Amino acid sequence: MSGFFAVEHLELSFGGVHAIRDLSFSVEQGEVFAIIGPNGAGKTSVFNVITRVFDPSAGRVVFQGNDITAVARHQVVNHGIARTFQNIELFEGATVLQNLLLGRHRFPHGNILAQLCWLPNVRRAEEESRARVEDVIELLDLAPYRNALVAGLPYGVRKVVELARALATQPKLLLLDEPASGLNPEEARDLAFWIDDIKHDLGITVIMVEHDMSLVAEAADRVLCMNMGEAIATGSAAEVRAHPDVLAAYLGT
Amino acid sequence: MNPQTLQILQLTLNGIAIGSIYALVALGLVMIYKATEVINFAHGDILMGSAFVAWGLITIAGLPFWLAVIITMLIAAGISWLLEARVMRVIVGQPHFAGAMLTLAIAFMLRGAVSMAFGPSSRTFQTPWSGQSTHVGGLVIADLNLVIIAAALIITALLFAFLRFSSLGISIQAASQNQLAAYLCGIPVKRLNSFVWAMAGAMAAVGGVLLAPIALVDIGLWFVVLKALAALVLGGFGSIPGAIVGGLLIGVVEQLAGVYLPDGFKDVMAYLVLIAVLILYPRGLLGEAHGRRV
Repeated sequence: MSGFFAVEHLELSFGGVHAIRDLSFSVEQGEVFAIIGPNGAGKTSVFNVITRVFDPSAGRVVFQGNDITAVARHQVVNHGIARTFQNIELFEGATVLQNLLLGRHRFPHGNILAQLCWLPNVRRAEEESRARVEDVIELLDLAPYRNALVAGLPYGVRKVVELARALATQPKLLLLDEPASGLNPEEARDLAFWIDDIKHDLGITVIMVEHDMSLVAEAADRVLCMNMGEAIATGSAAEVRAHPDVLAAYLGT
Repeated sequence: MNPQTLQILQLTLNGIAIGSIYALVALGLVMIYKATEVINFAHGDILMGSAFVAWGLITIAGLPFWLAVIITMLIAAGISWLLEARVMRVIVGQPHFAGAMLTLAIAFMLRGAVSMAFGPSSRTFQTPWSGQSTHVGGLVIADLNLVIIAAALIITALLFAFLRFSSLGISIQAASQNQLAAYLCGIPVKRLNSFVWAMAGAMAAVGGVLLAPIALVDIGLWFVVLKALAALVLGGFGSIPGAIVGGLLIGVVEQLAGVYLPDGFKDVMAYLVLIAVLILYPRGLLGEAHGRRV
């Protein structure tokens, strides 16, 4: 089995509805791996199992030798997995900076007494977190929005803020759920560059669910196509797009 | 100072003291509401039960006052923790009224349990400040009132510092805004929710211990929760500063009504304010401008 990340014989059902059926795939370190498929294919469900929002009915998710399905939901980030959501889950009443700093929550910042007394070790940890957050702000051009409340930001910016918060957790594996949906062409182009930076400069492995085939073709090293909860094809973007089962799934024949 | 002004000042001070207790109860309610979206109608019964427990520890067990207060706070915190972790969590995801009904049921059970354990009679316990007073100008201030105000100030300041400057407090705020995002930032949301209930329970215990010397240790103490609800509506539901301002105002209005309005108004004043605010200014004094995110 693969050393970095593998989904093994995953099953997820809600009553009689099978969201995922016997799904297996593996992702190599440093790869950008895309999951495509028609609506309802189970793509987001895969993310929800990996991040422990749902318990799988059967199967495992193995990340760097650990079975993630045995990990508590709030511990997922400590294993180095971060994600974004299709519908954007941010702290709406907080500023962009505060959202990103919350991404740093998993790193030690001293005990509660030290925090209330603002002891030197706490100050150093806070400065370190702030510096890492500033790196992310610079990478994703969020400086103009640093102190803006999330609730007032346009959709495209919020998507970037969510990506930034995920990066602030310093993940090894980043899950992007439809990162390009709702973005204008210019924003989508920026996103393609950023995914490239995330892969090459930050060395983070990316799994993304995406409908925008031009982004998938540009950014992804390998593509998995799902339909009705099952994997129907894996390979390069061109291979998957030409696969007869994929064509059938999309055209509904 | 003429007697008229003096009387108003005196009543205002008494009102602020009582209002501080309402504010403590209201603070507990609003914290629980923000964390778990439940209006905890059992909160007043936690306070009432705490007064009885404190009475038992001081009068029957003969413990020193401060030790009794601390033990009472721990017991109230423990019970509130268990209520959240073992009872309320079962109905997470159910409609709002399910939570309200459940806390109402818990309230009645707590009331029944206290009544069975201690009997229906009222009682009182000694505090280090019983019967003492301080004279300032022409004012006579019961030391108990000063202690109540000081305790409320200290608790509020600690709470503010905790929520604003500790990562635990910030996590609580984050989880109240978006639980899913909080989880994936590494925040153990469920444990924090229990913790918030426990904190609110401990604050209610302090309220009970402070209120008992004024209002007697009595089953009827649970009524404060209704006063606190009025305070929350007046201050703006969901606002922490609003809970404090609303609590103080309700306390003062009640005291003034007790002297300047016909008999009986003192007891219903809080609810008259509640109704008036709901009709005239439903947002409340410090309410959030935007509606609740669903």
